[in-house]
Amino acid sequence: MTPQSELLVIAPIADGRESDLRALLDTMNTAPGLADPENALLPFGRFERLHFARLVVLEDTHMADLRLYGAQPPRLAPRLAFLVDCDGPSEALLSDLCAIAGDGLCRLFSHCEGFDPAGDLLDWMRRHRVPASANYVNWVGRTVRQVREESALQRALSARVPRTALTSPGDAQRVRRELVDYVGAEVRAGRLALSSPEATLVGWWVSNLIHAVLVPLLGLIALPLLIVASPVLVYQLRRRELTDPEVCPPPSPKALAELRHLEDRDLTNQFTAIGPVKPGLFRRWLVTVLLVLIDYGCRHFFTRGYLARVQTIHFARWVLLDGGVRVLFLSNYDGSHEAYMDDFINKVAWGLNLIFSNGVGWPRTDWLIKRGARRELCFKKYQRGHQIPTQVWYKAYPGLTLVDLARNRRIREGLEQAEMTDAQALAWLRLL
Amino acid sequence: MRPRNPERPGVELDDVQGILRFGYKHHKEACFLLLRVKDGDAARAWLAQAPVSSAVKADPPPRATLQIALTAEGLKALGVAPDLIGAFAEEFLGGMAGDEDRIRRLGDLGPSHPSAWDWGQGEHMPHVLLLLYALPGLLGEWRRSIEDGCEPGFEQLACLGASDMDGIEPFGFVDGISEPEIDWGRSRPVEDRERLEYGNLTCLGELLLGYPNEYGLYTDRPLLDPGRDPGAMLPRAEDEPGKSDLGRNGSYLVMRQLGQDVRGFWRYLQREAAGDTALARQWAEAMVGRRMDGTPLIDGGRDANDFTYGSDPKGLRCPLGAHIRRANPRNADLPPGSPGLLSRLKRTLGLDARARALDLVASTRFHRLVRRGREYGPQLTMEQALGDGPVAGETGLHFICLAANIGRQFEFVQNAWIVGTKFNGLRGEGDPLLGHREPGPDGEPTDRFSIQRPDGPDLHLCGLPRFVTVRGGAYFFMPGIRALRYLATTR
Repeated sequence: MTPQSELLVIAPIADGRESDLRALLDTMNTAPGLADPENALLPFGRFERLHFARLVVLEDTHMADLRLYGAQPPRLAPRLAFLVDCDGPSEALLSDLCAIAGDGLCRLFSHCEGFDPAGDLLDWMRRHRVPASANYVNWVGRTVRQVREESALQRALSARVPRTALTSPGDAQRVRRELVDYVGAEVRAGRLALSSPEATLVGWWVSNLIHAVLVPLLGLIALPLLIVASPVLVYQLRRRELTDPEVCPPPSPKALAELRHLEDRDLTNQFTAIGPVKPGLFRRWLVTVLLVLIDYGCRHFFTRGYLARVQTIHFARWVLLDGGVRVLFLSNYDGSHEAYMDDFINKVAWGLNLIFSNGVGWPRTDWLIKRGARRELCFKKYQRGHQIPTQVWYKAYPGLTLVDLARNRRIREGLEQAEMTDAQALAWLRLL
Repeated sequence: MRPRNPERPGVELDDVQGILRFGYKHHKEACFLLLRVKDGDAARAWLAQAPVSSAVKADPPPRATLQIALTAEGLKALGVAPDLIGAFAEEFLGGMAGDEDRIRRLGDLGPSHPSAWDWGQGEHMPHVLLLLYALPGLLGEWRRSIEDGCEPGFEQLACLGASDMDGIEPFGFVDGISEPEIDWGRSRPVEDRERLEYGNLTCLGELLLGYPNEYGLYTDRPLLDPGRDPGAMLPRAEDEPGKSDLGRNGSYLVMRQLGQDVRGFWRYLQREAAGDTALARQWAEAMVGRRMDGTPLIDGGRDANDFTYGSDPKGLRCPLGAHIRRANPRNADLPPGSPGLLSRLKRTLGLDARARALDLVASTRFHRLVRRGREYGPQLTMEQALGDGPVAGETGLHFICLAANIGRQFEFVQNAWIVGTKFNGLRGEGDPLLGHREPGPDGEPTDRFSIQRPDGPDLHLCGLPRFVTVRGGAYFFMPGIRALRYLATTR
């Protein structure tokens, strides 16, 4: 198995260079916000291990809301964020990026503070990496190559399977055997490929195991303290929940139009949102602990096609920025934005509330998980208000959704299964 | 039905336009006038006293009725204050054909693109929509009297006629069966609680502004300081009693003129079925999800609207992509599972694999529409459609639906369920009747319809032509009657 990894590079944009940078980013696209896989700066399509990538100008949105708490918002220069989801270690991709697209990256980052085009690009990018606080991958270990090979397999089989009713239950076995033989011949002829998974790096297993054990262990150690402190913590939470200000004005029509202009160019869309965390140690610690828990859940439980009830998220990432002053959330999801938000509200409002109710202005929650995002219109205005346009976005497999990827994987598994009952063979044929 | 909560006020039926409650089924004659304001004062004067019928039941029913709705452009043309207009829903203000992004989401592509519409964009954007209904034989006279009244203030953009097809839509199917039952008695408690069963009873606030919706919340609408309503013409807002409620008892009305290629529909099926008319009909019924007489392909309960797809998760009886399954998936907030708290927790956390497989589409109750469409053009039977006889003019449907939230109701259903090519785990197909058939972003065709079978791979009907072309459309606000008078008299 080749587990995915992420890479996020963030650097402040140099004074006066933002509009040049935006113009340069636009040259990378074929449609608004949609990257050309062969663009001259960063030909994403040439990196076979790349699932998704994006370039975003992070704006200083909503920092002024901190004034509601009497806090002075820090002055934050706009940043350029470069985000990648890839197969295998991100270090390997980083080297590949510098080797294949070094010039283009230099051109992009030359708009950032302190970038020296003559210096070491690899080193500079490493120094500007920002770790994710929590990271979700829809299916751990599903590679780009696998996605593409299985999609080609599904197409070949769907075109080949006879679409007639079977004459007897045993007929399913016969049809399946014929298809298995057909695929075998296609593979030998080089028209289809079904690569075997690579061996998992030992280091990954070890670190995953340590993480699996260590986090609960630390939790166990902290438990007595938490139990003792719980009345105070609950009081602190409730006191804040009852008084924290809500900031959910409708987004301006112009901002909304700009966001929508970038959407529904593929069946998958991107989402980038940013906003300040409520000031004070209580919220800062709460959000930190919750992000550790979410990351733990994503790493050890939600690795097989779903994040709680939501089955439409390819990759998602929560990042604490600027020493925890603000949170950045990035995701890639199937379907339109409205459907994504309704999914959130109707399926996992509790999960959203857990994290984002620590953000300034979030619709009021009860007991950390109740109400909040269930207050539909407040929530919808809030999330659109905090969303920022993603200037460049790349997806390695246009047109394919997670439902497709899951079905194609089942088709492949069924193909490679040695023995099947009549019923299993029929169920497999019905996938095609 | 539970008794009405005594503390909660009822519904001011005399302030609600009748079409929100009645389908005016006895009023078999109808036409829709699209008007533009030519003289603001005269237009306001007419609207201030126009004979609009309310939702109060009359016995005998009125001989003819008038209903009125306005576009955002219409509000501007009538001189309504910009800040009041700005407080309406963003979708209404943007308009159905307002920008390419919305057009793309609604799937109005190719020949359905608004640039080819007869009405609903540019100079052909109506300001006011008049819906006229009359008992048989009375429409002509009724229309003349209304036209005479509004002539000084308005110019007529179009008069969209309607035909009485006796409850059958142009392809030949009994229509209008799946309708939410609106909770006019306000029996449902105002609360935000997960529903574990699909139910047809829908909160009043999903239809009317100013009342709690399925989330137990009030949808945004223009609320005014009472100083701006000195005559106290408007009702007060239930959720903010210090404000006058311009939205209360009103609703948004979505109208789309859908041209239906009845001949193309039946000829395609007949050709695919190699001339076997019975098979062609069977496939047509699979596309719709009902027999031509309206009986659902799922064994129903008490009536043709009393069923869910719970017994048919694989689409073996009603195909997964059938029109009625897309338009109303009839599922609850949580996928089904065994009773008990543990099962519910597992399903909530997504840990139940069987439940997950049924969870691609959920929470239908937030996406219901009240439909009030009327057919137009000559009616063709299947035999006539397959024959060579001449056909006089286009046949189609003036699709009309009413909802408190255009985005969450109409646009969601249209985008995610009707146009969506991956609905319910399918691939490469939009709605078999309404789909646009334009290739997807990766160039994949979307012109297929798959019929699931118990004894083999899905049957694929390929190369579906476009059966429905959008000819026009707009988003309207259908105000409460007092709000209509307010809009007409206050500047």
